[in-house]
Amino acid sequence: MHLTRDRIIAFSVLLPSLILIAVFVYGFIGQTVYISLTDWGKGAALAVNPEMHLIGFDNYKELFTSFLHGRFRQDLVNAFFYTMTLVLGSLTLGLFLAILLDREPRGEGIFRTIFLYPMSLSFVVTGTIWRWLLTPGGGINVLPTFVGLPAGNFLWTSSRGQILTFDWQSIPVITAIVVALVLVFLAIRTWRKGTHRRAFIVALPAVLLVLWAVFGQRMIPQMLPISEKHGFNLATIGISIAAIWQFSGYTMALYLAGLRGIPVALHEAARLDGANDIQYYKRVAFPILKPITLSAVIILAHISLKMFALIFAMAGPDNASTCHPAVLMYLTTFRGNKFALGASIAVILFLLVALFIIPYLVSSFREQRRRAS
Amino acid sequence: MTTKINWSRVLLYATLIVVAAVYLTPIYMTVITALKNPADINLDTAWQVPTHLNWGSFSQAYTKLAPNMMNSIILAVTATILSSMLGSLNGYVFSKWQFKGNDIVFTLVLFGMFIPYQIILIPLFQTLRSMHMYGGLPGLILAHVVYGLPITTLIFRNFYAQIPLSLTESAQIDGAGFFKLYLRVIFPLSIPGFVVTFIWQFTQIWNEFLWGITLTKYSANPITVGLAQLAGGQAVSWNLPMAGSIIAAIPVLLIYILMGRYFIRGLLAGSVKG
Repeated sequence: MHLTRDRIIAFSVLLPSLILIAVFVYGFIGQTVYISLTDWGKGAALAVNPEMHLIGFDNYKELFTSFLHGRFRQDLVNAFFYTMTLVLGSLTLGLFLAILLDREPRGEGIFRTIFLYPMSLSFVVTGTIWRWLLTPGGGINVLPTFVGLPAGNFLWTSSRGQILTFDWQSIPVITAIVVALVLVFLAIRTWRKGTHRRAFIVALPAVLLVLWAVFGQRMIPQMLPISEKHGFNLATIGISIAAIWQFSGYTMALYLAGLRGIPVALHEAARLDGANDIQYYKRVAFPILKPITLSAVIILAHISLKMFALIFAMAGPDNASTCHPAVLMYLTTFRGNKFALGASIAVILFLLVALFIIPYLVSSFREQRRRAS
Repeated sequence: MTTKINWSRVLLYATLIVVAAVYLTPIYMTVITALKNPADINLDTAWQVPTHLNWGSFSQAYTKLAPNMMNSIILAVTATILSSMLGSLNGYVFSKWQFKGNDIVFTLVLFGMFIPYQIILIPLFQTLRSMHMYGGLPGLILAHVVYGLPITTLIFRNFYAQIPLSLTESAQIDGAGFFKLYLRVIFPLSIPGFVVTFIWQFTQIWNEFLWGITLTKYSANPITVGLAQLAGGQAVSWNLPMAGSIIAAIPVLLIYILMGRYFIRGLLAGSVKG
């Protein structure tokens, strides 16, 4: 009886927080989705009760097909490349540093502190400092002259160069080919395991996709009335370098915790079996680090999809070649007062992040359940 | 044999020192630029140590940033304390007073820390405006407290999960109810948990930019917005932004250097599964 009363107290202590989360997280997400389906942003957008009409998915249609919103599509491409560079760069560098520190050098604590300190800084501080380092006529570009080489002439964030250029129209084809490649890879793996029938089942859709990409792509309507070029903007490289500088220490800390968690006995056993260091990392350590890599990929991907302050401080919000949907949402909403359009960009950004986060939370939830039972 | 081992050690230290130098380069550039006379800053000599030290940029930057700094101190201290206390109580309930479906509710709470804040920004703006809190510090504090709940709750729940059941059970047999158990047993053991959340929340709130620039008016701008404005102009002389960056970074850098162990714990709490 006593306990039931306490249980009620316990729940009522929690309740205010739950209500706040319900309103401020879930309620607000719902409201943003609703706003994205309206035309808020015409006329007196900043009025306390602005005029709003439901217009369905028009804003989304605009963003993806209208000639005017090519910038949004380039920002999506930028976000993709920001994510790839930050994830790959931080994982590689972080793992490398963790392996170095795992050898227990003297002064390990000092090195760890040096590699991790950028993580404590604000994106605005990082952005300001790196803007100075990447000034086209100075900073890093001058460094080669110290060893007698000509100065670099890369314009960093003001560069207009673009590589890996592709036509927005060909995104379905590119997607089909990428999926086909993944399927082929899976098929080869299943074949090697000896399950030949399953390998055929996996390979078949890959063949169909390639056939479609080669012969059938005219069957679907064009995504845009005219061709539109997008690609990897070289101006984003500088920002990615600054982001990697800031986050590689974080992956180092994750990996180092993982490496230190490997029982010494396992390391000893590997050594007794005649494994050298490379074999130890390849056969013993890396498989153990796999779940850490997965967590790090998810955390880094969601950070790079939210990247706002770093781009703002380093290249300015108006620099189109370094822009990101998170920045464009701010410009559209709070500079342009186009609230509904801004809400649509926010929803697209949210869905991209959710793609990484929801499976992560679901799997950690399941794991918890399993541990509890 | 021994020489071979030594060589691999030499290589290890050489690599570490080179990489550490690369990581410290931005700090080096920031400090030397901040200490130069504006007239002495030019692109060719950007890497050279100043011939004479000019501390004036710091006092100049500080005069400009002082109001922002005050705002950030009020903001970060208040929001950190409030969100940590709520997180402590929530974590206590989630770990010691589990109810039916508490794991689902907990996962739903956690989701709040991963969302891109653009998705709640417009309704947050509307709500604060209708509550007459838009533009000032109280609205910003409210936002930081609410969206800080997931991480503080997570840290405390995991922290309290390590407190053995026998300890709480024996207190309950002695007749301790919900609050007595919290005050007598749980809270006194919570100091490390509070240190981790204080450090984490303070750093996060101090460094936050998006809400600062969208939800506050000029007089309530936090330090990050102040710094962005200081550095934002086209014809910037670089000594001021660099001095400003150092001023804005000092509080969190000090916390990190002095209490790095706890900082890393907060860092790992956000990524290691709960």
